[in-house]
Amino acid sequence: MTRADWRRTWAIAWKDLLTEQRAKTAFNAMIFFAALTLFTFGFALGPDASGAGEAGGLLRHVAPGLIWVAILFSGVLAVDRSFQLEAERGGLEGLRLYPGDRKAIYFGKLIANLIVLFALEIVLIPVAGILYSIDIWPRLAGVAAVIAAGTIGFAAMGTYYAALTVNLRARQVLLPLLLFPVLIPVVIAAVKGMSLALNGDVMGEFGSWMRLLGAADVLFLTICALTFEFVLED
Amino acid sequence: MAQGQRIERLGWLAGWLAVPALGFGVYLSIFWAPEDFMMGNVQRIMYVHFPSWIATAISYLTAFVCSIAYLIKRRPTMDYLAHAGVSVGVLFNTTGLLTGSIWGRPTWGVWWTWDARLTTTALMLVIFLGYLAVRSFLEDPEARARIAALVATIGFFTLPIVYQSVKWWRTLHQPQSSPNTVDPDMVVALRVMFVAFALLAAYLISRRYALARVEGERERAELQAEA
Repeated sequence: MTRADWRRTWAIAWKDLLTEQRAKTAFNAMIFFAALTLFTFGFALGPDASGAGEAGGLLRHVAPGLIWVAILFSGVLAVDRSFQLEAERGGLEGLRLYPGDRKAIYFGKLIANLIVLFALEIVLIPVAGILYSIDIWPRLAGVAAVIAAGTIGFAAMGTYYAALTVNLRARQVLLPLLLFPVLIPVVIAAVKGMSLALNGDVMGEFGSWMRLLGAADVLFLTICALTFEFVLED
Repeated sequence: MAQGQRIERLGWLAGWLAVPALGFGVYLSIFWAPEDFMMGNVQRIMYVHFPSWIATAISYLTAFVCSIAYLIKRRPTMDYLAHAGVSVGVLFNTTGLLTGSIWGRPTWGVWWTWDARLTTTALMLVIFLGYLAVRSFLEDPEARARIAALVATIGFFTLPIVYQSVKWWRTLHQPQSSPNTVDPDMVVALRVMFVAFALLAAYLISRRYALARVEGERERAELQAEA
């Protein structure tokens, strides 16, 4: 990756974000879907589950898992779209023809996806806090660290598999089918980390889960970046 | 095509050797190896359970190596072999999980538990079922081979970290037994079954490969006829 490649990376990320900011099609649907998911969990787990008065209501206890399920399900909608616009209008050919390293395309799309996902989470986390009566504000640093690290891992794999499945029939079924099994380390570490950040970390385990999350991020980014040039052959 | 013929001939050899090896192994594991002190005859499922995982490992490793070789060399043979490896791997992965579940019920009291090895092998099955699903949805042979090879490669690379994360999460499965703690007669029976299952896996991979090759050649002929 030369300096020119990084400029290409930014250009692609900027273009994607601008398109999204003008159309807002994916983002609005995502926010709505994520909030609805959180809401539905409330119904599924019972009306008394949030029991604000009790020491630890059921909803509050399982909230870290519910939040991550909501992020994964709505996040798949975001990463799924990342190559779709180009594929529909034949723009992928153009991207392929540009000179320079193909990794620039991967990182550009990845950055755009990350920003969209972070924007989703900025809305989603307070909503979860309100619905499940969790006081997030005093524990914000830990929660933010887990969310950031978990989202990087998710976006790294999500962007990659979105590119891989872009020309597939039944793309929308296959993307989660391929993506979720390899994301298990991220899910486990992020839910554990978030649970420790929210409910207190008596045994001092937070650091090791964050290290596992960091290791997953580094591994995912490395193998995805190194093999991405094979993905975009036509 | 010389390479293909060699693979198929070696496969036939493995198949013929597998027949006496399996017969001998079944005899040893049912009549010769002693009954387990704690678990009784239930423990004899080990002679199918553990060799299944050996066969799974051989098949997926074949698929992994051939997928990488395909990405570098772009030979259809490598794609056929990778496809065969995943198909046979999925078969033994399933028998491994099923026998483990049947063994787990009387000894642990449950059909399934969220243990590291159980969960990782189940995820492995899902990852490689995804591989087979992707193949069935792509018509262009070259794109199918390339994308499938990438799915197998990424899936394989993520397995260690999947295992590590689930292990930290929780673990119940007994640690691997070493030959020192197991009755020598059991070890003999188990070793014979290893060899038998390895030969069986090699034979099945070669048959699946032959099928994939015939399918691939027909596909190419059809594409040429259209063009």
